[in-house]
Amino acid sequence: MCGIVGLQLRDQAQQGRLGELIAGMLGQVAERGPDSAGIALYGDTSLAPPGQAVVSALAPEPPSTVLAGVLRPLLPGADVTVTEVADVRVIAAPVPQPRLTAAVRAALPNAPLLGTGPDLAVLKGVGDPAELAAAFGLAGRTGYQAAGHTRMATESAVTVAHSHPFSAAPGMCLVHNGSFANHDTVRRRLRAEGMSFDTDNDSEVAAAFVASRLAAGDDLGQALRSVCRAFDGFYTLLVTTPAELAVVRDAIACKPALIAEGDGWVAMASEYRALSGLPGIAAARVFEPAPGEVYLWSR
Amino acid sequence: MVTLNQPTVIQPPAPAGPCLDAAELGVRGVNERLRQLPPGSAVTVTSPGGRHNLAVALAAELAVTIDGPAGYYAGGLGQLATVTVHGPAGWGAGENLMSGEVRVRGDASQSAAASAHGGLVVVEGNASLRAGISLKGATLAVAGDAGAFCGFLAQAGTILIGGNAGEALGDSLYEAVIYVAGTIRSLGADAQVEELSAADVATVRDLVRRTGFRHIDPENVTRVGSARQLYHFSGQHHAAY
Repeated sequence: MCGIVGLQLRDQAQQGRLGELIAGMLGQVAERGPDSAGIALYGDTSLAPPGQAVVSALAPEPPSTVLAGVLRPLLPGADVTVTEVADVRVIAAPVPQPRLTAAVRAALPNAPLLGTGPDLAVLKGVGDPAELAAAFGLAGRTGYQAAGHTRMATESAVTVAHSHPFSAAPGMCLVHNGSFANHDTVRRRLRAEGMSFDTDNDSEVAAAFVASRLAAGDDLGQALRSVCRAFDGFYTLLVTTPAELAVVRDAIACKPALIAEGDGWVAMASEYRALSGLPGIAAARVFEPAPGEVYLWSR
Repeated sequence: MVTLNQPTVIQPPAPAGPCLDAAELGVRGVNERLRQLPPGSAVTVTSPGGRHNLAVALAAELAVTIDGPAGYYAGGLGQLATVTVHGPAGWGAGENLMSGEVRVRGDASQSAAASAHGGLVVVEGNASLRAGISLKGATLAVAGDAGAFCGFLAQAGTILIGGNAGEALGDSLYEAVIYVAGTIRSLGADAQVEELSAADVATVRDLVRRTGFRHIDPENVTRVGSARQLYHFSGQHHAAY
């Protein structure tokens, strides 16, 4: 069991409330995943200044001031900012994204990169989801889109790196409720294509697979239909990019999912109670996504 | 999902007795108070907010109105009570019901009326996958469509679908009987379409009366039952064991 929540705010007036709304949603699925929690935030300008490259790295050490000092010589002339959020360092700089990503890899060779790409900050940790949300300052965050996850681990270790969301392409994040039976087979295939993995987690393979399909030219909808063909197992997946939010479930819909389309927003959650606090929920169109079908909203 | 011919209009709840506020009392507080009520009481649960396990395991003639969306297992395990959800319900609405009625005045998520032994589970909207799974004698009536695997392994009881049935209807059916007013996407293993008898028409007519599903024509439903080829051991398969 795991919990998933996602929210896309199309109405700019609501974007100041993104953190508050998604924190409320995450709290309602905390019982579904008490082991760890994570969040992908799109458009929080304090973490991801507009137009800048952004990297979220899992690096409890060194302190942010030291890390900034290491990064500055690698990016001469660029105004690098490092924000410390629990065990995550969110690094932003007005440089091309590949340049910042390479610099962070050089400065932190052993740190898993939790997310890369403009607008995107990925925060995750181990422990009680409500405490993590507080540690992330989630309720005060802003932005246009978020995907959150609470984890009840069933197939791999409980560590920060094993927590969701997983990001394997710039801007893309994936959260998963379920388990894949053939993830090792798919992982071997992706390794042969040159992809690398931070963990032995099954959901990370799905994120890498989506990234591989996007790199091959698929759009997100096509990539998710490919997931349904390539993967055997149980899944509700929520996948986000800076432009899209998409949901897909396995062919027999073993894992729950609800979608709500409200006035100026679209949301998805494992359970209705996570949607119950959204503005105007009583008037929203609430439905269950059908098995094996891809649902996608572009901003 | 295909829309209904005559969708059921969800009426606002009639004021029914004292109110129990789920946001204030929590699920356990609400259920404890419900169990203390004398038979014949009517009560409304407010602010359900999709909470799970509301009004479960009641064992008296109570009329409980849940004034909004309910979470998992709404009204499950109950005897004698009538539980009405004015909104959608999550997984397992009326699960393991023994008698009485659970009515969802909206859509029901997966596994509505799962393993229900007796009583009536009414879904006024659509039901998701696996509605009536392992039904053990209760009656499940869905005004709209039912998702895939409706009636999976159902052992006894009756299922009425006012709209269309999804894939694998009645898969591995035992002795439960399914009536479908609309179309059937596909039949599950060992399920078969059977002739509609006068007794069937009478059964459906009675259910239409009890549910208020007047868009269903009792003489124009498809009866699905078990071909009974799957659940008996066949001597000719002896070698396989």
